[in-house]
Amino acid sequence: MAGRVIVVTSGKGGVGKTTTSANLGMALAKNGEKVCLVDADIGLRNLDLLLGLENRIVYDLVSVVEGRCKLRQALIRDKREPNLALLPAAQTRDKSAVSPEQMKVLIAQLLEEFTIVLIDCPAGIEQGFQNAIAGAHEAIVVTNPEVSSVRDADRIIGLLEAAEITDKYLIVNRIRPNLIQKDDMMSVEDVQDILAIKLIGVIPDDESIIVSTNKGEPAVLMAHSIAGQAYRNIARRLQGEDVPFMTFQTKSTGVLGMFKKLFAVGK
Amino acid sequence: MPVLASFIDRIFNRQSPSRSTAKDRLRLVLLHDRTDIPSLMLEQMRQDMIAVLSKYVEIDQDALEVNLEKEDGSVALIANIPIRKVREKRVDDAVVQAEAPAAADLST
Repeated sequence: MAGRVIVVTSGKGGVGKTTTSANLGMALAKNGEKVCLVDADIGLRNLDLLLGLENRIVYDLVSVVEGRCKLRQALIRDKREPNLALLPAAQTRDKSAVSPEQMKVLIAQLLEEFTIVLIDCPAGIEQGFQNAIAGAHEAIVVTNPEVSSVRDADRIIGLLEAAEITDKYLIVNRIRPNLIQKDDMMSVEDVQDILAIKLIGVIPDDESIIVSTNKGEPAVLMAHSIAGQAYRNIARRLQGEDVPFMTFQTKSTGVLGMFKKLFAVGK
Repeated sequence: MPVLASFIDRIFNRQSPSRSTAKDRLRLVLLHDRTDIPSLMLEQMRQDMIAVLSKYVEIDQDALEVNLEKEDGSVALIANIPIRKVREKRVDDAVVQAEAPAAADLST
C-alpha cells in the first residue's frame, strides 16, 4: 500500500509548523501509523528540540544525501513511541545542500518502511520550501488569525496549486477566543472564507505549548493540554475520522459581558 | 472617564472593531497579491499581443504600452496601442514576421 507524504507549511515563520509537525507525528504514531518526521529546515533545525531528541543526533538528512551514511543510521527512533522516527536537519549547512530531486529519492526510500512521511517545511518560498514540497502529495497549511500570516498562507496556497499539490488542509493556530468574541481577532470562519481550503483543525493559544517545548515533550502526551487535545483530534481527522471541532469557552467580562448579553450587542 | 466612554461606545457599537478592519485590509491586499503578473510574463504577453494585432493593423511596436491597473475592488489590464495604418484585410503570421525586421529599421 502506498504511503502518504504530507508537508506542513505556512509561508510565515513562527506560526506553529514545527509544533504541529511534532505533535501530529506523535499522535499519528500513537494511533498506529508508522511515521517518519523529516526536518527540512536545513541550517536552523528545531524539530529535534520539540521532540526532546536533540542529544541523539549523529547523522542528518544532508549526511544521507551526500552518501556519508545509510538512511537507517540517520533515523532517530523515539523511545516513547516505537512507531515514530525523526530524520533531523543539518545544523551547519544551508538550504542549498539539498535539491528537490534528492528529496524525492529520499522520500521514496522512506516510504519503503513508513506509512506516513511528515515534512516540516521551513518559512519562506525559496529553495527550502521547494525542497520540502518536492515529494509531497498533500499539504497542511498552518496560519494564525492575523493579517501577515493569512497573507503569506495565501501565497503559499498559490504555490502549492502551481506545484499540483491538490490535497490541502488548513489549521488555524493560536486563536484567542476572548479576542474573537470582542471582535478584536479574526474568527476561524473569516480565515476560512479568505483562504478557501478545507479546515482540518483549530488550536487555541495555550501556555502548555511553552511547557511542552521547554521539556521536549509533545503536548499530545500531556493529559491536560487543550492544544494537545486539538492536535489529537487533527490526527484522527487526517486518518479519515469525522471528529467534531472543539468549542472554546470564553470568560464573559463582568458587568460589560452582562450588558452585552442583555442588549445583544455585536454580531 | 475613558472606561465609561468605551463602555458606551461598545453598547452603541460606534467603535468599529478591528476584526472587520483586518478582513477588509486582507481582502484588498490579496486582490493585489493574487493578480500580479511577473514582468517576464508581462513582456511575453506584450509580444503575443503585437503579433495578433499586427494581423489587422500596423502598430508602432515600441510605443505599445501594457499595464495592470489596480483600484479599490478591481483590476484591469490597460493597453495603449498606437496605430500607424489599418490593413485592408487580415494578413497571416508569415507576412507579419516578414515585416518585423523592416519595422525595427524604421524605428532607429
